[in-house]
Amino acid sequence: MENLRELYQEVILDHNKNPRNFRKMEAPDGFAHGNNPLCGDQIDIYLKITNGIVEDVSFDGTGCAICTSSASMMTLAIKGKSEEDAMALFSSFHHALTEESEFPEDVPLGKLKVLTGVKDYPVRVKCATLAWHTFDAALKKLKANVSTE
Amino acid sequence: MINSAQYNIKGIRNDFPILGREVFGKPLVYLDNGASSQHPTQVINAVKDLYEQSYSNVHRGVHTLSQESSNLYDNARVKVRGFIKAACVHEVVFTSGTTESINLVAQSYARPRLKKGDEILITHMEHHSNIVPWQMVCEQTGAELKVIPISDRGELEMDQFQALLSEKTKLVSVVQVSNALGTVNPVKEIIDAAHAFGIPVLVDGAQAIPHMAVDVQALDADFYVFSGHKIYGPTGVGILYGKEKWLNEMPPYQGGGDMILSVSFEGTTYNQLPYKFEAGTPNIAGVVGLGAALDYVNSIGLGAIAAHEHGLLVYATSKLQEIDGLRIIGEAEQKAGLISFVLDAVHPHDIGTMLDGEGIAIRAGHHCAQPVMERYNVPATARASFAMYNTFQEIDVLAEAIKKTIKMFQ
Repeated sequence: MENLRELYQEVILDHNKNPRNFRKMEAPDGFAHGNNPLCGDQIDIYLKITNGIVEDVSFDGTGCAICTSSASMMTLAIKGKSEEDAMALFSSFHHALTEESEFPEDVPLGKLKVLTGVKDYPVRVKCATLAWHTFDAALKKLKANVSTE
Repeated sequence: MINSAQYNIKGIRNDFPILGREVFGKPLVYLDNGASSQHPTQVINAVKDLYEQSYSNVHRGVHTLSQESSNLYDNARVKVRGFIKAACVHEVVFTSGTTESINLVAQSYARPRLKKGDEILITHMEHHSNIVPWQMVCEQTGAELKVIPISDRGELEMDQFQALLSEKTKLVSVVQVSNALGTVNPVKEIIDAAHAFGIPVLVDGAQAIPHMAVDVQALDADFYVFSGHKIYGPTGVGILYGKEKWLNEMPPYQGGGDMILSVSFEGTTYNQLPYKFEAGTPNIAGVVGLGAALDYVNSIGLGAIAAHEHGLLVYATSKLQEIDGLRIIGEAEQKAGLISFVLDAVHPHDIGTMLDGEGIAIRAGHHCAQPVMERYNVPATARASFAMYNTFQEIDVLAEAIKKTIKMFQ
């Protein structure tokens, strides 16, 4: 079980126990529901976007420690970033979890690095990326709504 | 707790080569038998021998190999008949598994008979494979799906079942042992009650067949379905047992080779039972492997297996109940083969990964039974499911690993 310390690092366990920005948001600009049908993880992402900047982001739902802590860390990582920078970070993060090659260092992962241990557990990668995919979906919905209005 | 002296657990374990392997440097503790069980050498060799000695297509060739393969294939059907005590060999249809068996009955038995206002009755504890095929046939025919509720303990509300039975009910389809709760349902009682209304009953035996002796005639089941891979056989092969009178009335499920007597462009005469329902080249090796698996189970004896597994279940239940923060989901009086549980502080997927680190294979998730998860207000459960080769020592390993997991997540 000690070999799993690499996966379940203290930081991850802490975010799981005390997830940050874990709340419903009143009147969000963007919202999406994420669902991993294989394991039943459910995540709601709420966004407040001002002038292309992620002014506030929060989440809600149920998931495993990897899913919950990844969502929690994501909110900390993207708050205050531009949409483009947040999406670039997602690309970098996704790359680090799924690709053999070194991920491009031009978008440093920072604190998200603790989650890259998931790479050795392929079935758990979806847990770590669910919040990000849901964030992506919330942004896309927001843009679609804006463009059709 | 020690293993019974009469039950040769060591000999049985030696028959399963995979049980000798390690995972993360720990001896494998395989407790995911509800998903799929492992294979004894006897099954592996039966498939190997077929491919090395006799393999050819069945029922077609005049040559020796085709004859030998056909004999092995047909013999397996005889073995299945004996195993479930069907009246006739031709009441045993080979399918790809429980799922296909249920879909076959849904499309071939139910669909031509159902009309708007009719009802199909299932239970709240069905696997998705005994829900979705009926939803599909309801959509096709305008019939309605009714659900027998379950209690907090995980038992069917039999009063409500009685109340739901009516002249509108055209078929009852129930699981014998719940894959998510372990509940053993009173299928005999259900069949008798349904028959009092003249309603046929399908029994989903996927989780029951490795754990208890089944006699389809004593049950008076109209249809009984199960999969080979949950009873030490290969994947991709399963059984549809149906009473002859129903199977004769049912149109073929798929058209193709082997299911015909003669074909012309003016019309086609269908083959007799069971070939009418076995279009195309079947899973020959799978069928032969399943026959060997049933022989193997018979050689140990289902009575002995059931007694051993019941001992494991009782022992595991008491060991797990001792753990603070652990809650068992499914506390029916009659249970078989498995324990579903949740921990206050750890999500089932994390439990699954943590136990894997100790060499323990369990299932974590909704077990393809989302209505059950919803009923007990849990997103998922962890499930330890037993087979004839599991030991009391393995339960100790499981309990210790769960305690370690809780500690790490504190």
